[in-house]
Amino acid sequence: MEWETVIGLEVHVQLATKSKIFSGASTAFGADPNTQACAVDLALPGTLPVANEGAFRYAVMFGLAVNAEIGKRSVFERKNYFYPDLPKGYQTTQLAEPIVGPGHVDLELDGGRTKRVRIHHAHLEEDAGKSLHEDFHGMTGIDLNRAGTPLIEVVTEPDMRNAEEAVAFAKKLHNIVTSLEICDGEMSQGSMRFDVNVSVRPKGEEKLGTRTETKNLNSFRFMEEAIELEVERQISVLESGGTIVQETRLYNGDTKKARSMRTKEDSNDYRYFPCPDLLPIMLDDDYIESVRQQMPELPEERRQRFINDLGLSDYDATQLTSDRATADFFEASAKASGEPKLAANWIMADLAAYLNKQELSIDQSPVSPEQLAGLIARIKDNTISSKIAKTVFEAMCAGEGDADAVIDARGLKQVSDTGALEKIVDEVIANNQAQVDNYRNADEAKRPKMLGFFVGQVMKASKGQANPQAVNEILLKKLSD
Amino acid sequence: MHTKTIAELVQGLRSKAFSSVELTRHYLERIQARDATYNSYITVTPELALAQAEAADARLAQGDAPALCGVPIAHKDIFCTNGVRTSCGSKMLDNFIAPYDATIVDNYRRAGAVTLGKTNMDEFAMGSSNETSYYGPVKNPWATDCVPGGSSGGSAAAVSALLAPGATASDTGGSIRQPAALCGLTGIKPTYGRVSRWGMIAFASSLDQAGVLTRTAEDAALMMNDLASYDPKDSTCVEMPVPDYTAELNNPIKGLTIGVPKEYFSEGLDPKTAQIVEDAIKLYEQLGATIKSISLPHTHLAVPAYYVIAPAECSANLSRFDGVRYGYRCEDPKDLTDMYMRTRSEGFGEEVKRRILVGTYALSTGYYDAYYNKAQQVRRLIKRDFVEAFESVDVIMGPTSPSPAFAFGAKTKDPVAMYLEDIYTIATNLAGLPGLSIPCGLVDNKPVGLQLIGDYFAESKLLNVAHQFQQATDHHQQVAPSALD
Repeated sequence: MEWETVIGLEVHVQLATKSKIFSGASTAFGADPNTQACAVDLALPGTLPVANEGAFRYAVMFGLAVNAEIGKRSVFERKNYFYPDLPKGYQTTQLAEPIVGPGHVDLELDGGRTKRVRIHHAHLEEDAGKSLHEDFHGMTGIDLNRAGTPLIEVVTEPDMRNAEEAVAFAKKLHNIVTSLEICDGEMSQGSMRFDVNVSVRPKGEEKLGTRTETKNLNSFRFMEEAIELEVERQISVLESGGTIVQETRLYNGDTKKARSMRTKEDSNDYRYFPCPDLLPIMLDDDYIESVRQQMPELPEERRQRFINDLGLSDYDATQLTSDRATADFFEASAKASGEPKLAANWIMADLAAYLNKQELSIDQSPVSPEQLAGLIARIKDNTISSKIAKTVFEAMCAGEGDADAVIDARGLKQVSDTGALEKIVDEVIANNQAQVDNYRNADEAKRPKMLGFFVGQVMKASKGQANPQAVNEILLKKLSD
Repeated sequence: MHTKTIAELVQGLRSKAFSSVELTRHYLERIQARDATYNSYITVTPELALAQAEAADARLAQGDAPALCGVPIAHKDIFCTNGVRTSCGSKMLDNFIAPYDATIVDNYRRAGAVTLGKTNMDEFAMGSSNETSYYGPVKNPWATDCVPGGSSGGSAAAVSALLAPGATASDTGGSIRQPAALCGLTGIKPTYGRVSRWGMIAFASSLDQAGVLTRTAEDAALMMNDLASYDPKDSTCVEMPVPDYTAELNNPIKGLTIGVPKEYFSEGLDPKTAQIVEDAIKLYEQLGATIKSISLPHTHLAVPAYYVIAPAECSANLSRFDGVRYGYRCEDPKDLTDMYMRTRSEGFGEEVKRRILVGTYALSTGYYDAYYNKAQQVRRLIKRDFVEAFESVDVIMGPTSPSPAFAFGAKTKDPVAMYLEDIYTIATNLAGLPGLSIPCGLVDNKPVGLQLIGDYFAESKLLNVAHQFQQATDHHQQVAPSALD
């Protein structure tokens, strides 16, 4: 039987506000446990939440970026459950009236295919703290630094049909929130976490199959692996006559295995009700318009600008704006070099290949945009050939300094000096008299091909540093004498 | 000194009839000598009080001190007090030393008032008789075999027994007004949002409001001046200027229209209490007011709606008491579930557990619409009744509580009978309106309260109307016999 996969995502995006959503404590990552938890975050008796306006603004920005309706009135509710890293015994979140209503995101997939993924809604909520199960001799440590960090939870419709689409959506979302600067996008620190709802159904069937939810995936790769594993599992269960149990699952990226965490039967009744400590958030058109005016450039706007103002091809512009860091890198090196097209080529070819091989992100590139611009400048002014430039680039990646330092240290400067080149050409002609005679006796038509031999010899003799164009000119002149 | 009102103490401190240290020491001695009888204080803070009194005397000597500078007061143990145990009347918080001040505690501290200690209360403010306190019941100074009312029973008994000239209190369904009535005091619950809730341990967040218990309306006005403030730390606190609540006390009330709801004089009201309340309202007629019979048709739904909304909110508000970070934790928990279950089973008393369970049930899937949503609809109807009434009347009057103080144990076996104690006070909390109770006579030597309900933010008007009654009568000057033994 042919199966169709149906995927919906819930994405937790930590908002990059300086302070928490309901208290003044800092949201910075990595501080000592419980040093960034104030009386409100600790849920001391008598404390009250005060909502952080910055979180509303960021949520509205997100809503506008995904073409969504903005909730003019949104309401915080309490989601009740007990867990040691949930200090109040409830999470303050939104349910019936979220701040971001239905919207959509358009994906560009391989082969020029596009796909629209609908956003069901996105709501504001507070993050929980962390339970630390190691290093406490069988006890559990609680770190409340993260408690109260603002989140938007983005909930999609079940519109994706395979892991590729789900990952493309996740990457697009990452690109949007980092371009808006509402999230730092640091997935390894938990700044974006994905829950994937997966079900399968016979191809052509309209009714959705029973779904499972795999929670808390914090890399695109794990997400892809988890989806593929789960699809495989569900198909195998169904094909062997079994049924899928609605459950929450956990995927372990190290062991590449998933396990059931809890089934629907033991799920909580969260007893949501409006939080009486917080007033509804009322947003008017003027506010929403003022947020729209202050929004940083979105990836699509940037793509258009790269095409129109910097002369990039549609393809190059799409590639370079597929994530915020690459677009920033490109723009900085294009600006520093004044050569957008060359910068684009270097980033998409040599730099991408190097980073890929070393498993580095572009933020970790050993060559800065300015250093890349320095290399491009030496190509443009004929100090080095494009071929030598590759050697220089490799040396730069290896940490040998910027382009000029590598060229100097390695003596890679291109020889364009006519006198020096003529001397080399003369030697080559003298040492290869037979080929010279052949050349001179050959038809005009065959000569260009034969010239390559002499160019090669000259380049070899100059250790590749001869300016190929100058060599060509001198050879043509001398061989026709 | 202990028979003086706050207004008189303010004068005495300025005329140097006594110092704050002398006054404070006098109250501390009275508490030490007499509170074993009443159990009105959970914690007495003599060192803090004397240090504050010394500082107050220094400020008074410099002149230009705030009105309450040097005046000793007591705080209900629901208000967090920096460095002092804040128990909320519960075993759960018996070991909890608050690391910060509630806004109202801070307001009084900055005004130079002296903190005598923390007063007894029903556990987490859940009760109408002060019998649910982990620290034992409080005795009514008028009749020590009777309850003082609740939940602010400790504050009421302390003021009534002259162990403090005034005390803070809180009111979620009548917890200031009913003890005021039962102990012969003036008690005011301001408009929801007039007073910061920061640092007041939450029972039902949409209903809780801090207020004061004093012997006179004038004293209540003096205390209100520091109680009310705009506080950005409480999102439900309203940003509006705080008037001088003493400014309108002496305004004439001729021409005042008083609405008397017929629903407040129906079945369940003790006939002797009804008579005294009706006489008090008649007196207002003599003072130039017009009496108008009105109807608040949804009154009978107030108690049922309240006993869905308040438990629902408390079921979430009390979830933080889980034994993880502070407060009581059971001995040797086997695992997390065991810790939660035993901590909460052992740390909370019966009434608190009853309300958590009721609230949990009311919010559960399948019951939410029938209970919580329906109760919120009723709440809107109740509010509308009042809004419509205030289109034609200035103040609403009726009894504060259906009968005078009752004997210990009389209603503990029957929660519904206990809940009906607040039948006349609960609706104002649901509507968010200000309410005030003043003494208006005795039944069997036990005080009866007259309740005044005002329009939103009409605290000055309520205090004015109450003060004019007290200018014409001496009920407020009567002191519980046991206080003068």
